Amino acid sequence: MEHHQSKSFPISHVIGFVVSLVLTFAAAGIALKTNLSFKVIMWIIGSLAVIQAGMQLFMFMHLREGEHGKTNLINMIYAVFMVIVIVVGSIWVLTSGHASH
Amino acid sequence: MGIKWDEFFITGDPLILGSQIAILLTMIGAVAGITYLKKWKYLWTEWLTTVDHKKIGIMYIISAVLMFFRGGMDGLLMKAQTSRPEMEFLNSQHYNEIFTTHGVIMILFMAMPFLIGLMNVVIPLQIGARDVAFPQLNALSFWLFFSGAMLFNISFVIGGSPDAGWTSYFPLAGKEFSPGIGNNYYAVALQIAGIGTLMTGINFIVTILKMRTKGMTLMKMPMFTWTTFVTSILIVAAFPIFTVALALMTFDRLYGTHFFTVSGGGMDMLWANLFWLWGHPEVYIVALPAFGIFSEVIATFSRKSLFGYKSMVFSILGIALLSMVVWVHHFYTMGSGPAVNSFFSITTMAIAIPTGVKMFNWLFTMRKGRIKITSAMLWALAFVPCFVIGGVTGVMLAMGAADYQYHNTLFLVAHFHYVLIPGVVFAVFAGLYYWWPKMFGFMLNEKLGKWHFWLFVIGFNVTFMPMFFLGLNGAVRRAYTYSAESGFAPLFMLSAIGSIVLAAGFAVFCYNIYWSIRYADRNISSDPWDARTLEWSTASPVQFYNFAKLPEVKSLDPFWHMKKKNEGLTLHDSEIEEIHMPSNSWLPIYMGVIFGIAGFFLVFEWHIAAAVAGIGIFAGLIIRSFDYNEGFHVSKEEIHRIENAWRKTEGEVHDHVS
Repeated sequence: MEHHQSKSFPISHVIGFVVSLVLTFAAAGIALKTNLSFKVIMWIIGSLAVIQAGMQLFMFMHLREGEHGKTNLINMIYAVFMVIVIVVGSIWVLTSGHASH
Repeated sequence: MGIKWDEFFITGDPLILGSQIAILLTMIGAVAGITYLKKWKYLWTEWLTTVDHKKIGIMYIISAVLMFFRGGMDGLLMKAQTSRPEMEFLNSQHYNEIFTTHGVIMILFMAMPFLIGLMNVVIPLQIGARDVAFPQLNALSFWLFFSGAMLFNISFVIGGSPDAGWTSYFPLAGKEFSPGIGNNYYAVALQIAGIGTLMTGINFIVTILKMRTKGMTLMKMPMFTWTTFVTSILIVAAFPIFTVALALMTFDRLYGTHFFTVSGGGMDMLWANLFWLWGHPEVYIVALPAFGIFSEVIATFSRKSLFGYKSMVFSILGIALLSMVVWVHHFYTMGSGPAVNSFFSITTMAIAIPTGVKMFNWLFTMRKGRIKITSAMLWALAFVPCFVIGGVTGVMLAMGAADYQYHNTLFLVAHFHYVLIPGVVFAVFAGLYYWWPKMFGFMLNEKLGKWHFWLFVIGFNVTFMPMFFLGLNGAVRRAYTYSAESGFAPLFMLSAIGSIVLAAGFAVFCYNIYWSIRYADRNISSDPWDARTLEWSTASPVQFYNFAKLPEVKSLDPFWHMKKKNEGLTLHDSEIEEIHMPSNSWLPIYMGVIFGIAGFFLVFEWHIAAAVAGIGIFAGLIIRSFDYNEGFHVSKEEIHRIENAWRKTEGEVHDHVS
């Protein structure tokens, strides 16, 4: 509670916020306003999502604050595990066997 | 906006008309009573704006008991409807609504707040802290939960209840097949309550990692603290999935998107997949803290340290990890193919291993212990055989191939009631009897407690045991009636009779609370059970700053060893220092109210009104951002006075159990 008066303007948060908005609207624009094939659109918006997630890790999630190296490592392993379970798991479950028909 | 006022209130059903009148009278009675007794100011300053973890915990528990009553009434109505073949007590629509709200309320608005309430009361005390890491966030968690719960509960008198099951599977839950607003309640109310739960998870992770008292390493934490810690991690892992799924559901229902619809490129099974990605960890989110409660109760009343502490910790971690990778066992029959179903069969069966380890640890804790059969211990003893029945039938259901036979029958319903009632309800009753003196400074009556126990446990078994056999004979779940030729009638009748005994047990519990408030002995010392962990080293009820001097921990069961070695129990005047405590705040309850209002408008799809209420939410966030209240300091004199009041009267510790 002692250090609520921040030393400087949170510029990286503002940049991160603006870039997130730009990337999101870019994804929406490509999906809704272009005539690219379904596959191309999926690859583009998927890539934009990954870029945005990585950018947010640096801009918002204190990834660069080095003194907690071990904590960061645990957090990253945890995040990778969750991504594998949720994303890879869902794709596997929903595209195999009768579920894919 | 095209409001259909004639569809606003549910009309034409005598049961619901009765409820509407009862709700109105209760509200008038409550307001009149509080005004007459001039308790508004007390209510506002002591409870509604409090950030004290103990009071927040008590409010969680009160809400949970009320929701238990509501969910229990739903259960009794279902049992009445199915007690005879071709009953005409509830129509099919009403039955659908009731089994949906029964499930949602019992899991999310009874089990969750009951456990979170006990966590709130106990965890800071067990780790020797003066509050949780973020006290005001804690109050916000409570008010968001309460707001979501109330929003969900009014659905049955205003607008109509959700009717697509507690799982709300698409396409049934979509706009195409459920055009009413009932399922909007599901999407919005659970979202609001879920935000509160997610914040609770974050709060307790930080509290347990950062606020432990001197000397309490991770491997010296009490077992309930361990299970709460792992549960909080699971909450943070799983609830965001539900948040996203509910948001997509809201878009589908309110704004015409096609995430889960059958047409327009949607994928209905994606809902089931996301729901259970959250839903299975959710089972362990409610089961793990319950295991922690049993560990505390069994160790205390066996008068021994918990057997196999390390293996206990590793089994909790193992269960948590495995719980993230078993979700498909809820929908084997979707037909994902042999590779997927085999994988999830194996992971599911593997969960039985760490759970079995825990079972044996509890049994070995009791072995050669001097067991005291208190009410709390009785619940723990009954838990063991009842939960094993639930677990073994779970392994049966875990086999993908066999599950095609059991799926969607009452066998499954019996199985999960055998898991959740012993695994959660028995635990919260055990915890309530155990920690009640710490919360209120008097005990619940042991004799009534035993009546409560026997009626409840017998009623539970008579209600749900027949459902295993009904299910094996082919009775399907969620069916509002059956024919006389099916031959199901005798077992259904038996089950209905059991539910009345179960309800009688709950009634005795309520009477016990009333009796004990009026007549129970107030002079019970701060440690009536001769317990082992730090919460019993301070006053009962606990003073608002918890500990005048933060205790120092040297081993497991720290309070037990402090008593044995007679060290750290007294307080010298020179040790008293000023204590820094957080101030009350009106913001959490304001946020709860404004979220409730915005949610209500969103349920009725009054988008402009919802947007206006949304401005109120942002206003609250902005006010909080500029809130620099630093709390207050408790003076040495006040601490001195409070500490003397309880330490002087105590003398020797009385034994109130025998």
